[in-house]
Amino acid sequence: MIRDITLGQYFPGESAIHRLDPRVKIIATLLFIIELFIVDNFIGFAIAAVYLGAVIAVSRVPLSFIVRGLKPVIIILLFTFALNIFMVDGQIIWQWKFLHITVEGVRLAVFMAIRIILLLIGSSMLTLCTRPLSLTDGIERLLSPFKKIGLPAHEIAMMMTIALRFIPTLLEETDKIMKAQQARGADFESGGLIQKAKALIPILVPLFVSAFRIAMDLAMAMESRCYRGGEHRTRMHEMKLKGMDWAAIAFLVVFLAMIIIESRIF
Amino acid sequence: MDNIIKIENLTFEYLRDEDQMNLKAIEDVSLEIERGSFTAIIGKNGSGKSTLAKNLNGLLLPTEGVVYVGGFDTRDDKHIWDVRQTAGMVFQNPDNQLVSAIVEDDVAFGPENLGIDPAEIRRRVDKALEDVNMGKYKKKAPHLLSGGQKQRVAIAGVVAMKPQCIIFDEPTAMLDPRGRDEIMAIIDELHEEGITVILITHFMEEAVRADRVIIMHEGKILMDGTPAEVYAQEELLRSANLTIPLMVEVAAKLRQQGIDVPQGIITEEKMVEFICQYK
Repeated sequence: MIRDITLGQYFPGESAIHRLDPRVKIIATLLFIIELFIVDNFIGFAIAAVYLGAVIAVSRVPLSFIVRGLKPVIIILLFTFALNIFMVDGQIIWQWKFLHITVEGVRLAVFMAIRIILLLIGSSMLTLCTRPLSLTDGIERLLSPFKKIGLPAHEIAMMMTIALRFIPTLLEETDKIMKAQQARGADFESGGLIQKAKALIPILVPLFVSAFRIAMDLAMAMESRCYRGGEHRTRMHEMKLKGMDWAAIAFLVVFLAMIIIESRIF
Repeated sequence: MDNIIKIENLTFEYLRDEDQMNLKAIEDVSLEIERGSFTAIIGKNGSGKSTLAKNLNGLLLPTEGVVYVGGFDTRDDKHIWDVRQTAGMVFQNPDNQLVSAIVEDDVAFGPENLGIDPAEIRRRVDKALEDVNMGKYKKKAPHLLSGGQKQRVAIAGVVAMKPQCIIFDEPTAMLDPRGRDEIMAIIDELHEEGITVILITHFMEEAVRADRVIIMHEGKILMDGTPAEVYAQEELLRSANLTIPLMVEVAAKLRQQGIDVPQGIITEEKMVEFICQYK
C-alpha cells in the first residue's frame, strides 16, 4: 500500500502537451498566472478559459481527474467567496442584522473565485502533464543563466531529483520502523493529539538515523561513479526546442497579445 | 604479467575520538591483481575486506603504503577520476546507490559525470541495460523493482562507464536466493567479456567460481590461492571462523571413508560428475 503512492499528481500520457519541452511549459504556466492577475474583467477570463480548455483538450487529461485535484482547496475557495460577498460595501440587495450582500460584493466574489479556479487548474496542468524529473531538468536549464550570480542551479536540481528518488524509499523505511515498534507494543492510534504526537518520536528518531545512513551510502556511491558537481557534466536527454515547442510558443504569444489588447479596450 | 591493481604495504586506520586508539582495519597488505582475472576476497565481518575494497577506487586513501589502480596512485588528486573510472564499484545495498527515479536516467548518471557525448551515452545506457537483462524496465521507477533487479540496474550503471575492473562489495548480501543467482550469473558474464572482477563476499560458495581466492582475517591476508588450494586447508579456514562450502565438506567426509576424492572438486557439478564416474 505505502509503495503505491504517486508523486505529485503526474497523469501519464503521450499527448502533445506531455511531450512539450518542460521549459516551455514552465514559462507558459508562469505567464498564464501573471496574465490572470492582469485581467480585470470577465471577457479576459473567458479568453483565458478558452486557452486553458484548449490545453486540457489536447492533453487528454480527463476533466474529472483535474477537478478531483481541486478538492483540497474547496474550503479556501468558499472562505474567500464568503469574505468577498459579505465584506464589500455598495448597493445592498439583501440584509440580515449586520450581514449584507451587495452587487459589488457578488461581482467581486465571483470574479475572485474564477481567478482562483483558473489559477489552480492552470498550474496543476503543469504537474499533471510533466514528469517530476523533466520538471527538475527544466528548472535546472531555466535557472542556469543565474549561475553567474552564484545561484547553484545544478545543485538545486540534483537535490530535487534525489528527493524524488528517495521519498518512496523513506516511506518504506517508515513503514518498516512502525511495524517494528508495533510488534513491540507501540500504540500509534489511541490517545489525544499530544499523546499521538509523542508516539511519533520512536518512529522519527530511527527514521532520521536511517536517513543519515542512506545519505552516507548514496554519497559514496555517487563519488565512486565520478560525480563532481555540475562542471564537465553532460546530459543524456538534450533539450532542444522542436517544431511542436515553437508552435506552443506561437500559441502562447497570440494568447498573450489577446489578453493585453483586451485589457486595453475594455 | 599485466597487473591492473597493485597494492604495496597498505595499512589503513579509521580515525576515532582522541581518547580512543585508532582502529586498524588493514595491516601491511601487499597484493597484485592481474588484468582480466576473477578474484574473490572473503572474510567475516570486521576482517577488513570492505575497507580494502574502498581503498581500491580511492573512496578511502591509505594511511600508509600505496595503491595503484591502472597505473595511477589513488592519492593523486589529479587522477582520482581516472582511478574511479578504471575501477567501478557496486555496493551492498541496492536501494542506497541509485540516484534517479527512472532506471535509464540512473544508468546514465555515471557517463554523464564523465562528460560523454549525449548520443554515446544513449548507446551505452541501452547496451548496459541489455547486458544485465533489464532492457524492458528502462522507464520504470527503481522503488518498484525487486532487490535483484535494483542491483542489476546498479551494475548497469557501472558497466555504462566502461571500467576495466569492477569491484563488487557484497553485492548479494541483501538479496534473496534468486536475486543472488541472477547477480552471480551477470558477474560471470562480465568476467567472460574481459572485465577484471573483484568480488568481496562472505559466502564461500560464491568464491568457488573465482580464479583466485584471498581470505582476509583481522586486517591481514590469511590465505591466497586458487579455490581448490584454499579450501583444502580446512583447519585454517575454521580458525578464521569461515564456513566451508558444502561440497568441500562432503569431499572431506568421503576421504575419511577411504574414498580418494581429488583436491579440485569443490562445486556441486564436479562432485556429481566424480560420483557418477566413481568405480
